[in-house]
Order: sequence, then C-alpha cells, then structure tokens
Amino acid sequence: MNAAAHVKEPFVRMAKRNDLSLKKKIFIRAIAILAALLVDGIFIFLITGLNPFGVYGVMFAGSFGTFMKFKWVLRDLATLLIVGIALAPAFKMRFWNIGAEGQILMGGLASAVCMIYLGNTLPNWLLLLVMLVTSVLCGALWAFIPAVFKAIWNTNETLFTLMMNYVATSIVACCTNFFRGDNAKMALINMGTKAGWFPMILGQRYTINILVVFVLTILMYIYLKYTKHGYEISVVGESENTARYAGIDVKKVMIRTISISGAICGLAGYLILAGKDMSLSTTSAGGNGFTAIIVAWLAKFNTFYMVLISFLLVFLDKGASDIASAFQVNDYMSDIVTGVILFFILGSEFFINYKLIFRKGGAKNA
Amino acid sequence: MIENALEIRHITKTFGPVVANRDVSMDIRKGEILSVLGENGSGKTTLMNMIAGIYYPDSGQIFVNGKEAAIRSPGDAFALGIGMIHQHFKLVDVFTAAENIVLGLKEGKKFDMKGAVEKIRAICDRYGFDITPDQKVYDMTVSQKQTLEIVKVLYRGADILILDEPTAVLTPQETDRLFQVMREMKADGKSVVIITHKLHEVLAVSDRVAILRKGEYVDTVETKDATELSLTEMMVGKKVTLDIDRPVVKNKKLRLAVEKVSCVNKEGVTVLDDVSFEAFGGEILGIAGISGSGQKELLEAIAGLQLVGEQSSITFMDPENGDEPVPLVGQNPRKIKELGIHLSFVPEDRLGMGLVGSMGMTDNMMLKSYEDGKSFFIERKAPKALAEEIKEDLEVVTPGINTPVRRLSGGNVQKVLVGREIAAAPAVLMTAYAVRGLDINTSYAIYRLLNEQKEKGVAVIYVGEDLDVLVELCDRILVLCGGKVSGIVSGATKEEVGLLMTKVGGKDPAEGGMTE
Ligand SMILES: Nc1ncnc2c1ncn2[C@@H]1O[C@H](COP(=O)(O)OP(=O)(O)OP(=O)(O)O)[C@@H](O)[C@H]1O
Ligand SMILES: [Mg+2]
Repeated sequence: MNAAAHVKEPFVRMAKRNDLSLKKKIFIRAIAILAALLVDGIFIFLITGLNPFGVYGVMFAGSFGTFMKFKWVLRDLATLLIVGIALAPAFKMRFWNIGAEGQILMGGLASAVCMIYLGNTLPNWLLLLVMLVTSVLCGALWAFIPAVFKAIWNTNETLFTLMMNYVATSIVACCTNFFRGDNAKMALINMGTKAGWFPMILGQRYTINILVVFVLTILMYIYLKYTKHGYEISVVGESENTARYAGIDVKKVMIRTISISGAICGLAGYLILAGKDMSLSTTSAGGNGFTAIIVAWLAKFNTFYMVLISFLLVFLDKGASDIASAFQVNDYMSDIVTGVILFFILGSEFFINYKLIFRKGGAKNA
Repeated sequence: MIENALEIRHITKTFGPVVANRDVSMDIRKGEILSVLGENGSGKTTLMNMIAGIYYPDSGQIFVNGKEAAIRSPGDAFALGIGMIHQHFKLVDVFTAAENIVLGLKEGKKFDMKGAVEKIRAICDRYGFDITPDQKVYDMTVSQKQTLEIVKVLYRGADILILDEPTAVLTPQETDRLFQVMREMKADGKSVVIITHKLHEVLAVSDRVAILRKGEYVDTVETKDATELSLTEMMVGKKVTLDIDRPVVKNKKLRLAVEKVSCVNKEGVTVLDDVSFEAFGGEILGIAGISGSGQKELLEAIAGLQLVGEQSSITFMDPENGDEPVPLVGQNPRKIKELGIHLSFVPEDRLGMGLVGSMGMTDNMMLKSYEDGKSFFIERKAPKALAEEIKEDLEVVTPGINTPVRRLSGGNVQKVLVGREIAAAPAVLMTAYAVRGLDINTSYAIYRLLNEQKEKGVAVIYVGEDLDVLVELCDRILVLCGGKVSGIVSGATKEEVGLLMTKVGGKDPAEGGMTE
C-alpha cells in the first residue's frame, strides 16, 4: 500500500461519549421514535395506501384505547417482567439460563396439581399458600438440576436448560391429557368452586400478579445491588478466577443463584395459574421465557429499566395485533411496523454511547 | 544530518473526561533506541497506540518518513512499517508460531506456508531467537511468546518497533537477551521505541529518553547525560529521593513455618519439591527465582489455593491467640484469609485475579472483606473511605472511585490491588510482583508501605524480579530453582543470588557460607 493514500483522515469514526445528561438522552430517544414513525409512515403509505396516522392511532389504542385494554397491558407486562426479573441474576452471573419457559411450566404444573387434588380439601388461603410453595420449589428444582451439573461437571448450561424446556413441555402435555379426560381442551380448573384462584381486587384477579411483580422488581434491584449475594454474583460473572481468589465458593453461588432464578420462574407459573389463566397448557408460559431474555439483556440487569422495556415490548405486541385485525392486513405487515420502531429505539442506544466524528472535525449527533 | 523516522505533532487524545495526551510533539529518529518514560497513567501507552493504529488522535498529525499519515488501523500501521508489541500479547494459543505470524496477512496469491516458514527461520537465525515455527503457543514461556510477537512484527517488515513494557514479565537474563536483539535492530537501521519503568534499563539500552508527565510532553534528553535521579525528577516534576530503607526490627517472632511442601500441577509436573522455610514477623522475606520456578504455587499453597503433597505441613502462629500454632494445610482459603494471611498476587495480566475490571475502586476494595459482619446487606462506607485513602496515598490516577478499574492505566490498576492488600492489616502479607509495571515513584511508595508493615510486626513475603530491589529491601532471600529451595541467604549480593537462581540445591561450598 502506498503511504500517500493514507493522508486522508477517515471519513467517519466512532468515539465513546462522555456521560450524557438525562435531557440529551431523552432527546436522542425522542428523535429515534420520531424517525421510526416517519419511516413507518412512508412504508405504510407506499405499501398499503393506508393513512399512517390512522394506523398509529389504532396501534396506540391497542394499549390505551380503553381502560380494559390498558389493564391487559399491565397484566401481560407483569407476566413478562417477572420472568425478566428471574433471569437477571442468572445472566448477571453469565449463566445463560434459556430454560425459563420450562421452569415456568413446572411451577404452573405444581399449582395445577394442587388445585385439582387439594381444591376441595383445603381452605382457599391455605391452598394458595401450598400452591405457592410447591410452584416455587418445582421451578427452583428445574433450574437446580442444570446448575448442579454445570457447577460440578462444567456442562454447558445453555444446551442443558434449553433441553429441560422440552422435558417440561412433555410432562405438562402428558399431565394435561390426563387431567382433561374426555374434553377436547383443558377447561378452567375448579370453575365452580374457584378454589386456588386469587380473590378479586379492584375488579381483577390479576391485580395480585401486578402487585407481586411490582414488589419483586424493587426487591431484585436491592438484591443485586445492595446485598452480599448480589456482590458475589457480579464477581463470579466477571471472572471465576477472581472469585476463587477472593475466597468465594463459586459452586455454591452458582447453584444458589440459579435456584433463585428458577424459583422466581416457578412463581411466575403460579401467578399465571392463580391470577391469569386458571388453566394449564403446554403454552401457558407463552414464550415469555424467551422474550424475557431480551428484556434482561437490554435492561443490563437493572430491574427498573426492565419495566420500561417490558412495557415497550407489550405495547408493540398489542399494537401489532390490533393493526392486523383493524385493517385486515396480514400479521407480517404489522410486525414490520412495530419491528421498525423497536429497531430505531435500540439503534438510538448506540448514539447515546458513541458519537460519530466526521472528517473536517465537528462532532455530529444523531 | 539526523533523519526522523516518525514525527508526532500536536497530538491530543481524550477518553471522555480524561485527557490522556495533550498537545504532544516528539520525534523518533532512524536507527535509534528511544525510551518513553512517564509515571503511571501519563499517557505512554495511549500515545504509542495512536502510532500503531489502535486509537485515532482527536487532533494533531503524525508524519512517517516526512509524509503526513493517517493511521486508522493496525493494518495501516503495518503498511507504513510500524509494529507494536503490546503489554498483553495477542496470540492464538492453539496455533503454531508460524500460523500466528501469518494470521491476518492479506496476501493476494495462494498462500505459501513453506516460504513463510523459511522466512521465519531466517529471521530467527538473524537475531538468535529461540523459537521454532511449528511450536504451539500454549507450549511457550512468556518470554517466547514475546519473542514471537517480535518475529511477527519483523516478518511484516517493520522499520519502527514499539515495545510496551516488554521487560515487565521477563527475567534479568531474558531482558538482556531482548536488549541484545534491540541493539541489532538498531544496527540494521530500524527505530526501536521501548516503554519501561525500570530506569536502569532505560540507561542501559536507549540512546535518548522522551519523558511524558500527566499526558503532556516534557522533553527528550540524551541518555548519556541522564541519571536515574534526573530522569525521575523530570518525570515527577519535583525533587525526589531514591533509596530503600531496611529498618531492623527487634524481637522477631516466628509467624509461619513451612515444612516439606511439595506440589504437583495439573499436568503431573512437580512444581514444588520439598520446600521448607520459616517466616518471621518484623521481617521481609524475599523470594527470588526465574519466573515459573514455583513462586506462584508456593504462595497459593500457603493461601490454601493449591493442593499439596501428604508430607507437607504449613503452620501459622496466630498472634491473636497467643501465637498458638494453627495448621493451614487442608483449610479453606477463606478461613486462612480470616486468620490474617493475605496474598496479593499481581498476575501477568493484572486484572485476572484479585480485581474485577468492571467494578470501581470502592467495589474492588471489598472483594475480600465483603463477607465481614452478619448483615445480609453489603456495607460500602468503609470500602469507600479506603478507596479514597488509597487514591490519595498512592496517587491513583482515575476520574473517580467508581470508574471501572478496567479503564485505568496498567500501573494504576495495580496500585489499587496492592493498596488494598496492605490496608487489610494482615499478620502475614504475601505479595508477588507488587511493583510489576509501576513507575519508579510509586514503586518506592510501595517499598515504604511494605517497610511500615514490617515495622508493625507483619511477616512480609515479597516475591520479586528485580534483584537489586530484593537485595536492598529484604532481610533474607529464599531462592527457588525448579521448585526446590536452592538457598536461603541474608546479606548476599545480587550476583550471588543470581547464581543460586540457576543452580539447584545450592550445595556448592563456594556459596555455602551464605546459606543459613
Ligand atoms: N480505553 C480507555 N478508556 C478510558 N480511559 C483510558 C483508556 N485508556 C487509557 N485511559 C486513561 O488515559 C490515561 C493514560 O493512560 P495510559 O494507558 O496511556 O497510561 P500509561 O502511561 O501507559 O500508564 P502505565 O505506565 O500505568 O501503563 C489514564 O488516565 C487512563 O486512565
Ligand atoms: Mg501503559
């Protein structure tokens, strides 16, 4: 190569930013959303000829159209968020728990079994308590197994936890077949007695779900940031070698943390059974175990950010399905619309962390 | 006329709020060895990284052979004949030497491995390097890996070689060999830039010395006009004194008795063989030896991090408990730490053990003490105060005590590590390579701190590389050679210790006089 060719400064290069003020961060994000809406608008108009504002209106209404819809948003947000919370300690420790789905199902199964077999014998408060305990234990067990294997034999946790999902799905399929007897589908459990159902609060059963998840959000934040356990998790996640030098019992921390992760997934299963679905199927976890991975990562394990990200995902999901039904367009089109928005919002994080410097000086913001 | 190989003009580089280099202008001449000197965090690595294409300057220009150049990547740097050997090697372990060398080369036509191997052989012969092209990297010693990095750079035809603290991980013998190589490169008309904190090396090898202070360029002086003291003063910007005390402590107490410790590593090689010695409170016991002679394993054995053979016994006399003997073999590391036996091992990569890169100073302070107290919650007040204190005392250059330590310069990372161990007020303080990569001023601060500990009655075990320092600082020196104790000497000279380092057993009557 010829040295003369190198005289030119690179056309554009990246540099890490100083910490931005909150105002600027909000500004960048707002620009990103506007840009996304613009791109989407052009897309919608060119492809379908629909009025973009109408489409946005429907999308917005998907979450805020009626009070009922908003309550559903909260309900689904709570379900997604609790799984995100469950994954936070595991992922912070660099333990890739892909098995939340299975852990939720096992928790749900435990609740269902209690509802069916103890529904008539125990008072409701005691039944709910027994369900809670068994669900949490089952979820924890489902995570405990791969954790032990990883801690002792250093097996790959990603594969192991993933496989445990299939095992859980099969067990649940088997059990629901048995429970439903001759029915085509498993009906609501204890429809008559409502045994094992949460009481109504403010007109909804899932109010309890929302409250529980709200408290858990705060507790997990504190757990990770202000407790000795949380500190150990950070150290092990950063380097097992360092942890060992510091006298941390890595195996113990690993098994404990993953069991907690699984236990919270089990709790999620309990909430789904007692407060949301009152029924069990192989799809009870609803993919939340996987979506929550995105939530946990994007929020960098900060549970308060998780609230925002879960909300965004639920909002987009609701919006997409309402667009699809209101305008009789196919699902792909509405998925593209929401996908673009997500893409821009994630992309804006890049501009929050880095700045682009163009040739001839002068930093340019996104 | 003096020809410049490279000219730097008004270079500034910032990292967020930190100004790593401010308006630096300097020259590198053809056919010279130039030392770059500066305190920890003064911006040496950053400046060289810009020449090597790792970073791009915020402003300023670089001229190579008189022509302005924009060096946007290591590839650009290579094309301009600039090669850098980094503090942390960039090699692929499972590849052979030759594969590592040709890795990433862009050659249009079909690749000719045979030709490459020939060329590598030729380079090795030319400079007398002791590596073979088909040797795997994981089989290499640290010094060989470094040699490989050098060959890699030479293979690509570099005329300007930059070495960032190459001697920090080498033994004195290996260092001498490296210097020989550097002189031969110079004779070939190449320019060699070396960053080192060891002033005697600067004086021994370089033609000129460029000095940086707090990111700014101070001056370049001819080495023949410089002394250790004059260089230090230019670096620090004020008068300093450079001597190591060796205060004598009366009534030393037996603190640690190590008997017949043997240890076999994972590969089944005996790394410690029948090691016995005693360490006393109020004394600094030095441990010398070629790197990899069992120093690490010995300290780890004491700290409970190594399995030891059946015969082995390690006994600690607990000062908290009327010097009651406590056997340490088989105890878990945490228990041993609680007894007051602290190990600060500064590994070759500094961050690997002992510090968590993504955490700030405060959180790193509590790494070994976070468990104290019964509370479920973590206590950050004391660690925060300690972090502030260490930052003051050792002049740690950091934007704040919560800045992730990964972002600090190499030497500053280490100050944090050593500062913490000393602050823990242990009964036995074991430090390995405590001043590796520290600037001279800070090194002396560390020696002073170790002496303070000794005077408080702490038994200090100091594993070091610099024989001058070992001889000056330590009351007694234990020399390890191939996992065996080849002598425990007091008042020996550097040469005597050096001899023991290569002679197993040390039973030669000529040296017998100094063995205890
Ligand atoms: N990638 C980075 N991000 C943020 N700050 C950095 C980065 N690299 C260097 N710095 C800061 O720039 C300053 C100069 O660092 P540099 O590594 O060049 O020092 P140095 O002279 O090589 O020190 P040492 O002798 O300790 O290796 C330091 O204050 C350091 O904290
Ligand atoms: Mg450096």
